[in-house]
Amino acid sequence: MQQPASSTPIVSLRDVQKSFGSLKVLDGVSFTVERGEVLAVIGRSGSGKSTALRCIDRFEKVDGGEITVCGRRVDLPDVDLRALRQDVGIVFQSYNLFPHLTIEQNITLAPCSVKRMCLSEAKALAHKVLAQVGLEEKIHAYPEQLSGGQQQRAAIARSLAMQPKVMLFDEVTSALDPELTGEVLKVIEQLAADGMTMMMVTHEMGFAKGIADRIVFMHRGKVHETGPASILTSPTTLELAQFVGTGNLKS
Amino acid sequence: MGGHLNANHLLFLGHGALWTIGLSLIALIGGGIVGFVIALARISPLRSVRLLSAAYVQLVQGTPLLVILFLGYFGLAAIGLKMSPLAAASASLTLYVAAYLGEIWRGSIQSVPKPQWEAAEGLALSRTQRMMKVILPQAIRIATPPTVGFMVQIIKNTSLASVVGFVELMRSGQIVNNSLFEPFIVYAIIAAVYFAMCYPLSLFSQKLERRMGRGSANFSLA
Repeated sequence: MQQPASSTPIVSLRDVQKSFGSLKVLDGVSFTVERGEVLAVIGRSGSGKSTALRCIDRFEKVDGGEITVCGRRVDLPDVDLRALRQDVGIVFQSYNLFPHLTIEQNITLAPCSVKRMCLSEAKALAHKVLAQVGLEEKIHAYPEQLSGGQQQRAAIARSLAMQPKVMLFDEVTSALDPELTGEVLKVIEQLAADGMTMMMVTHEMGFAKGIADRIVFMHRGKVHETGPASILTSPTTLELAQFVGTGNLKS
Repeated sequence: MGGHLNANHLLFLGHGALWTIGLSLIALIGGGIVGFVIALARISPLRSVRLLSAAYVQLVQGTPLLVILFLGYFGLAAIGLKMSPLAAASASLTLYVAAYLGEIWRGSIQSVPKPQWEAAEGLALSRTQRMMKVILPQAIRIATPPTVGFMVQIIKNTSLASVVGFVELMRSGQIVNNSLFEPFIVYAIIAAVYFAMCYPLSLFSQKLERRMGRGSANFSLA
């Protein structure tokens, strides 16, 4: 993997271990996300890809190994979680908008309470990020009045409003039908084009191939194969070949 | 003595009924404040706080209110802490209501879906901000029907305060009956007045629950 020696990665995992009870979910996982890079993490359900993503934002504590995010050691117990989460934006599969707040209030909540931004400034920001995801007209709607795709775009806008240095997407289209998936992927594509550093756990192979600078294929808690998007069409390991279903690997 | 039920008797009962409402409000407000603290303590990140508050809830829920009242009025007096019937009844009911409301509210807070906590955490909100701005507003909606329903229990349970000599509706009924010897009529009136206070609350609680039933779809995901 070539990388410019001058810049340190935004996110780096080194030999990360994580178990749930007796189940080893991450078994020595290492990868990096460079500044401005789009990393797609793929793999079967249970391969540990979502857990790896959640460890980066410290939603799970690791049992071993090192995780560094924006120069901050996330695996250490004394990590400043609030500072970490201002640097990292996370978007979930189930959107998790706050149902009692309008879209605008969903977006202004964190800038106002965490960054002490004044309300008028935060509202201007809400307009800006909603424009980015094409949802300006829904600014005063409640989440329940939006379609799944719109809710997910609003959730992305809410994360963007905190101006994170890296965005994590945890299977953000898995709950959506193909049409709604398209509108969410378009937003993510635009973010990538704007140079946002992103790591996405996804099942959308076509999308991963089109947008990702690099692919990490996880299998049984390990990074099984990694490389440019082309590994999806010409995998070198049998497991990835089986996973992408190309079947063009001679055994 | 004997005699017939007259307007003075009814006025006396009315006065008792007002104290029943008063004592219920004291119990609701006092128990609400303590109960809120209990609810927060039950989900505290500190294990010792969780254990202590859980022990309190178990202790109170496993003790008859009548015994708590006796302890508060006669028991404390015997060791030198004399309280008026109103103070003893208020304190006992507050402790009692706090244990139940604390549990109802803990359950309501915990039934706000966990991803809501995570989303708030992911946005760098502090624990207090997550609680105040994201979780509690949703928990209050969930908690309202069972809380209103529990108010019915509070009103009925204030009748136990009669045993420490506090003149609320039940005690005023006993006093009137002592002069009239008309237990059927007098206690039928008492029952009717309690029913008149409780039934509207029950109906209101059911109505809220039905509305919540519809609204709770908002919490599920599309």
